[in-house]
Amino acid sequence: MTNKIIYMDNAATTAVFDEVIESMLPFFKDQYGNPSSVYGVGKEAKKAIENSREIVANCINACAKEIYFTSGGSESDNWAIKGTAYSEFKKGKNHIITSKIEHHAVLHVLERLSRCGFEVTFLDVNDKGLIDPKDVENAIRPETSLVTIMYANNEIGTIQPIKEIGRICREKKVLFHTDAVQAIGNVHVDVQDQNIDLLSLSAHKFHGPKGVGVLYVKKGITMQNLIDGGAQEKGLRAGTENVPGIVGLSTAMQIACSSIDERNEKLSRFRDKIIFNLSKIESSRLNGDPEKRLPGNVNMCFEGIEGESMLLMLDAKGICASSGSACTSGSLDPSHVLLAIGLEHEIAHGSLRITLGDQNTQEEVDYLLEVLPSIIEKLRSMSPVWNKERVMPQNG
Amino acid sequence: MFYSEKVMEHFSNPRNVGEIKNADGIGEVGNPKCGDIMRMYIKVSNGIIEDVKFKTFGCGAAIATSSIATELIKGKSIDDALKITNKAVVEALDGLPPVKVHCSILAEQAIKAALADYYRKKGVDPEPIVGKIKNCHDECPIQHG
Repeated sequence: MTNKIIYMDNAATTAVFDEVIESMLPFFKDQYGNPSSVYGVGKEAKKAIENSREIVANCINACAKEIYFTSGGSESDNWAIKGTAYSEFKKGKNHIITSKIEHHAVLHVLERLSRCGFEVTFLDVNDKGLIDPKDVENAIRPETSLVTIMYANNEIGTIQPIKEIGRICREKKVLFHTDAVQAIGNVHVDVQDQNIDLLSLSAHKFHGPKGVGVLYVKKGITMQNLIDGGAQEKGLRAGTENVPGIVGLSTAMQIACSSIDERNEKLSRFRDKIIFNLSKIESSRLNGDPEKRLPGNVNMCFEGIEGESMLLMLDAKGICASSGSACTSGSLDPSHVLLAIGLEHEIAHGSLRITLGDQNTQEEVDYLLEVLPSIIEKLRSMSPVWNKERVMPQNG
Repeated sequence: MFYSEKVMEHFSNPRNVGEIKNADGIGEVGNPKCGDIMRMYIKVSNGIIEDVKFKTFGCGAAIATSSIATELIKGKSIDDALKITNKAVVEALDGLPPVKVHCSILAEQAIKAALADYYRKKGVDPEPIVGKIKNCHDECPIQHG
């Protein structure tokens, strides 16, 4: 079993499904035409894009004309925020509300805007990573243009009360954007029922290709362009369309969204088994909400050890996972999400994220549970800060 | 990750892990807040470091630099041990990624902290011999709050 890679980092990216690759291939080969051209191969490409747009729209209960293809989740987040911020600014609105646990594609955009004269409120979350909709309501001012709150968190898997936040925004006539990059394929997303005005998604999180995503913009919303140039995407997003990518995205999205309940059933069973077993390890804690949680997400801290060491040892056993430790974040601070839910730095350094996907098997889950406790034990035996007397606050 | 084979080898099979009872010197550097702590124990006889052990909380590089540092000073004279720089630690590991260089500084400081403790225990002011022990990540390339 150690010769095979056991991929448990599906929140980072996913393997592209064979049927997705198959659907993309014609657009690299015979149907390579530019969708803006008038001749046959161009028209075929154009048709494929419009067909993909229909598929995506159906998956989230939107209209095809509300779907815009982008280069991925980060572009969609950038466009949603900057595009509305600039057009609302003209109406005298310069305040944006978000949370402290957003993806950097949202946080860094807002930090930049706040340096350019916009006002940004970064809402706290509770110790499970949940936003209180009342906090959103209380933060809204006459000059608020946008509320941007992620659907589900990429690190701790917490699923936010999106419908309720959307309802408040509708009532207060404030635009509502959600980064749903981690949610697609895991929860039933319905932009109409859930009062969503703008939504970002990315293909590679649900077995589609990298470098392609979508921004849903409810009709009637005026957006400033992020990328100017040609007349693609109704003149709102220039650049020759990534036809194979768009086709791959829609194929993957159709598969992902037609199997949400089965995926939920299987992955949450695996997830809960892992959480149950790893919780038996002394001085461990679950990060995030035990119930309002993405089906494939496990995020736990183990006191006295550091995340990167854990990942390297798991890698030596063929298991791919991730951590919110400083050493894996590229800075010396551990994950902003773990700090926002109130973890101390030294505890946050010992976090492990396992994100399960469609290909994971019961056998792989059992193998993880077999090897991980001894890795933790080995690292603790080497650790000068591991002190058995100290008991961590337990979560939940 | 971008670690050399030597780093991975020391990380996977760290040398001299553990504690020394009645150690002649114990040095601890780093800070759990920053995600790495090294504690080094030494046994000294006639100016020679006869035994050395370590315990480290930290990333792969922190464990590997601790391990190689113990190898570099075991059996050496105090004078030789004091000459070991973080560069020597990096070289002995066939290089470290830039963001991990601070781990080699930590290893150098751990050796010095253990020797400083050795002198203190003997009633000798360590600073003229060992120099000042740098605090957590004084020379760290990345700022953190």
